[in-house]
Amino acid sequence: MTQETISTDVVIIGAGPCGLFAVFELGLLDMKCHLIDILDRSGGQCAELYPEKPIYDIPGLPVVSGQELTDRLMEQAAPFKPEFHYNEMVEELEKLPDGRWRVKTDGGLVFEAKVIVIAAGGGSFQPKKPPIPGIEAYEGKSVFYAVKRMETFRGKNILISGGGDSALDWTINLQPVAASMQLIHRRDGFRAAPDSVKKMHALVDEKKMQFHLGQITALHGDNGQLEGVTVKGNDGNDFQLECDTLLPFFGLTMKLGPIANWGLNLHENLIPVDTEKFQTNVPGIFAIGDINTYPGKLKLILSGFHEAALMSQAAFRHANPDAKLTFQYTTSSTSLQKKLGVA
Amino acid sequence: MRIVLVDQKGVEQVLEAAEGWRVMEIIRDYGFPIVAECGGACACGACQVEVDPEWTAKLHPPREDEVDMLDRNYGGDWSRLSCQLIMTPALDGLRLRIADVALREAA
Repeated sequence: MTQETISTDVVIIGAGPCGLFAVFELGLLDMKCHLIDILDRSGGQCAELYPEKPIYDIPGLPVVSGQELTDRLMEQAAPFKPEFHYNEMVEELEKLPDGRWRVKTDGGLVFEAKVIVIAAGGGSFQPKKPPIPGIEAYEGKSVFYAVKRMETFRGKNILISGGGDSALDWTINLQPVAASMQLIHRRDGFRAAPDSVKKMHALVDEKKMQFHLGQITALHGDNGQLEGVTVKGNDGNDFQLECDTLLPFFGLTMKLGPIANWGLNLHENLIPVDTEKFQTNVPGIFAIGDINTYPGKLKLILSGFHEAALMSQAAFRHANPDAKLTFQYTTSSTSLQKKLGVA
Repeated sequence: MRIVLVDQKGVEQVLEAAEGWRVMEIIRDYGFPIVAECGGACACGACQVEVDPEWTAKLHPPREDEVDMLDRNYGGDWSRLSCQLIMTPALDGLRLRIADVALREAA
């Protein structure tokens, strides 16, 4: 099935705080934005890493949680009707003959935009891989970091590793379809819904699954097909477990990902920009927030906001080289206030 | 006040530390490869260190959120998150090494 191409002024890669504020600043200049994020919601690190932790250095907000800041930014961006595409990772970025950009995601979405804004923070959130030697050879064949279809695991002898909600939920959900189910965790305590922990223990009591304490140190198998693992038990002694499928659930980490393939200059996994336009070495591609670097860069949300404002002016000029741009204040400009829906 | 950072080959390096600084910040300040994506909020788990067993008793026990992060980052018996260790005079001379898993994350 071919997707219809979405044509827009700006594609923002990353719906974290800087991407969201860029919607506001670009919106004041009548530039329409589509945002693409690998997570299932906006907020980036604020939503994924520390939704409940207080942030103390947002000007005017003496204390705000990551989630609350995200909610307020969403509210601030709303008048400009940004469109969000979640659970999508941008894979390809190519220049079109007319100077615009074509963006393709791993989910098959295609965009054409005058301007690209990379606001991807630390990069893409990707599953954290356990440091077990040679695990790569099994990935996608018998080691999986996510469950897309439960049917894939019917009749398998599954070992799940981890102690959070994902590990517990999939243990409980896959147990009925699996030939056998085992869970391994480094301690007898879980960071998961108490109800899930109770259900898991009940399944152990009913002898429908096994729970082990320890850490996997080695995988055994052939041609990517897992046959068993070695575990270092909490008493220091090794033991073996048989399984044909391993599902490690250790949360998410950030990796630069496909951004590295777009022909941009990189410095230690960051994108160098100038401090007038926050433009990369490729005209029309801008980078703001934690992902960029320049002399004196501070990885602060407030720096990203400043970068978004200056970038927007430059992005407007890039997209509309012949248009006159008059700088206006939201406090005094009725035309800006109309855009915000307050005049 | 100092911390002693031992590398993977056993070579020691003495780092000047200041009271109230997070050990993660001191290590990072010296330019050692330690990523702290979350900036010290005990939220990414990428700043894992292994503390010399002789020093572990002098540290405050890890909070639940630190234990959780160590779960997700393959923490070992002596593992702590360096962003959760705050320098005090009692920790002068603290010996530790950057955990393999943290170096792998930074690579």
